[in-house]
Amino acid sequence: MSTLKITNGRIIDPANQRDEIADLWIRDGVIVDDATSAHETIDAKGLVVAPGLIDLHVHFREPGQSHKETIGTGTAAAAKGGFTSVVCMPNTNPVADNPSTISWIHERANDMAQVNVFCTGAITKGLKGEELAPVASMKKAGIVAITDDGHCVQNNEVMRRALEYARMFDLPLLDHCQDYGIVGDGIMHEGEWSVRLGLPGWPRIGEELIVMRNIMLAELCDSPIHCQHLTSGGSIRLIREAKARGVKISGEVCPHHIALTDESLKGYDSNYKMNPPLRTEWDIDLLIGGIADGTIDILASDHAPHAPYEKEVELDHAPFGILGLETEFAIFCDVLVHKRGAIDLPRLVEMLTINPAKLLRLDRGTLSVGAPADVTLLDPDAEWTYDLTETASPSRNSPFHGHTFKGRAVRTIVAGKSVWAL
Amino acid sequence: MTTPVTWTRKDLVALDALSSDEITLLLDTAKAFKGVGQRTLKKVPALRGKTLVNFFVEPSTRTRTSFELAAHRLSADVVNIAATASSLQKGETLKDTALNLQALLADIIVLRHSSAGAAQFLAERLQASVINAGDGSHEHPTQGLLDVFTMRERFGDLAGLKVAIVGDILFSRVARSNVHALVKLGADVTLVGPTTLVPRSLESLGAKVTHRIDDVLESAQVINLLRIQHERQRKEYFPSLGEYTSLFGLTKARAARIRPDCLVMHPGPINRGVEIDSDVADGPNNVILEQVTNGLAVRMAVLYLCAGNAGAAV
Ligand SMILES: [Zn+2]
Ligand SMILES: [Zn+2]
Repeated sequence: MSTLKITNGRIIDPANQRDEIADLWIRDGVIVDDATSAHETIDAKGLVVAPGLIDLHVHFREPGQSHKETIGTGTAAAAKGGFTSVVCMPNTNPVADNPSTISWIHERANDMAQVNVFCTGAITKGLKGEELAPVASMKKAGIVAITDDGHCVQNNEVMRRALEYARMFDLPLLDHCQDYGIVGDGIMHEGEWSVRLGLPGWPRIGEELIVMRNIMLAELCDSPIHCQHLTSGGSIRLIREAKARGVKISGEVCPHHIALTDESLKGYDSNYKMNPPLRTEWDIDLLIGGIADGTIDILASDHAPHAPYEKEVELDHAPFGILGLETEFAIFCDVLVHKRGAIDLPRLVEMLTINPAKLLRLDRGTLSVGAPADVTLLDPDAEWTYDLTETASPSRNSPFHGHTFKGRAVRTIVAGKSVWAL
Repeated sequence: MTTPVTWTRKDLVALDALSSDEITLLLDTAKAFKGVGQRTLKKVPALRGKTLVNFFVEPSTRTRTSFELAAHRLSADVVNIAATASSLQKGETLKDTALNLQALLADIIVLRHSSAGAAQFLAERLQASVINAGDGSHEHPTQGLLDVFTMRERFGDLAGLKVAIVGDILFSRVARSNVHALVKLGADVTLVGPTTLVPRSLESLGAKVTHRIDDVLESAQVINLLRIQHERQRKEYFPSLGEYTSLFGLTKARAARIRPDCLVMHPGPINRGVEIDSDVADGPNNVILEQVTNGLAVRMAVLYLCAGNAGAAV
């Protein structure tokens, strides 16, 4: 029996509407009421004691592309960012569209992972958008949601049946919203900068059309759809209006989409190339407005590692995506809490803990007595500078190297054990 | 008078990045070099001992030849490398290929590439001067300069000059370089073409946009017709070349309405009967061959300023 006491911290546990200076007790990896003596004590004076942060949108590159990231390095990056649970996207090689690949990932996580790893399964076989993947057997293998992320099911009938079918298993459906016909070979936001740079545009409506489609299907089937990594101000308006009508639709926002604009691409640096793309100040204002008024209640990184040699090519040949886990909390805290005052710290913690846990029915995201003792200690006022040379990932594709943020995670505890501390 | 400008750039990647003074310096230098072409001995020693590599990942005989001749006139050694012969086809990256060229002690790399930003990419990574000879739909700065040079020879000061650029602006690197140079020099630029290829967002470059050629026909002092490459374009931008010509082609009937002193320009090669009627292309307004001659002078100026020995005699 081992007992850990975290003392003097400000406990923020939105799942229980708790926000107070108090002690937190952990025994044998579980949160407990109190205990008389502790084997170990952590003094959290001046720090926030939060439920372990959850990122429901990460790309670890196993199986298939372990030169970019492994479950070991990816979860180390997660721990450095304060995350105790991550949810992996299925666009691996082979695609996680079958129970044996899902089981392989779980086994690998058991051996290598520093934080909890949850899996999603593909909606369609091979992410091709044509035939449904074996949802029932993947559910048995332990998936927590289905998504074709990286791809988007274009056929509305296939999407409708996927949504209906997933409901039998109480599996949430997540969607990367991209209309292929409209977006074509677009690689950046369509607007002044795409015109200046001579790069093919990826217009907002390429996202909004699918968000609208998803709203209509969610309404038709009375089943929830979660729209991943939203970038367009127009998408926020659509979701706000649909939610007000009671449609089961939700959305998430990523740090880079509220911290950077399309103008960043003016030097043709592939570290600013992502899908969906960086947009404009207008979009950022609406995204943050959506976060402030509750239209958006989940935040995520879309952590997407790529090896340096893959990114150091002509911009149109470079892959989409950037690293995210190590800077995620810092950017959200810096932009949303400090700079824009859009939300307060308890709300930020809620969006990174109990809200994603609720969406994916994870038994995490809370400091309730009896819950697994996943805890993150946060210093919301710490100023620090991100240094890519110290990243846990073998990849280096972050545009935030050298950026200074206010707010960071300082210790990550999974099942009562510190897996990372500053 | 303004203070004299000195050229401090190693590369020429985009006219968007240049000041009006820098553009003027390039054009003035080109004017001096045009004189060299009229001498019996068409050579100056400005780049003697230097090596220029024409690295054309996307083929273009005209531009490559023009750079080659310009380099010879400056006494540089020239190596031509085409994409088919290069190792890019064997999977070597652009960066590796360029580092190899640098290891061969190339002083200047003239790059033509189908990816926007490719010249910038190399310029940031190499000590050699990188001259953009066209990067995807981004810019073609020497073409922009030679167009502006040709207009300046005819009209002098470009402030207030009414220039219409007609055609596929969205995908045209020539159009972009033209617009940047002309706007910086104070010209009044109107972009003309179908709504699909001339979106309103182009106004952010400082030009006007119209979708009716009638709007510019009688007022334009320069009409620059871009090459339409329907075969290379996604078909949804406009239905057919015939329809394009009926809406935007400089037909005989339209040519009868242009100003007598209007310059008709084209970056070549011309699609006779598409952008321009064959007779009009051979008519008195066209300066298409002058453009080619001026291209040589402009490229000499660019090579000289970016890579020349300071103080070498022109
Ligand atoms: Zn995605
Ligand atoms: Zn993703």
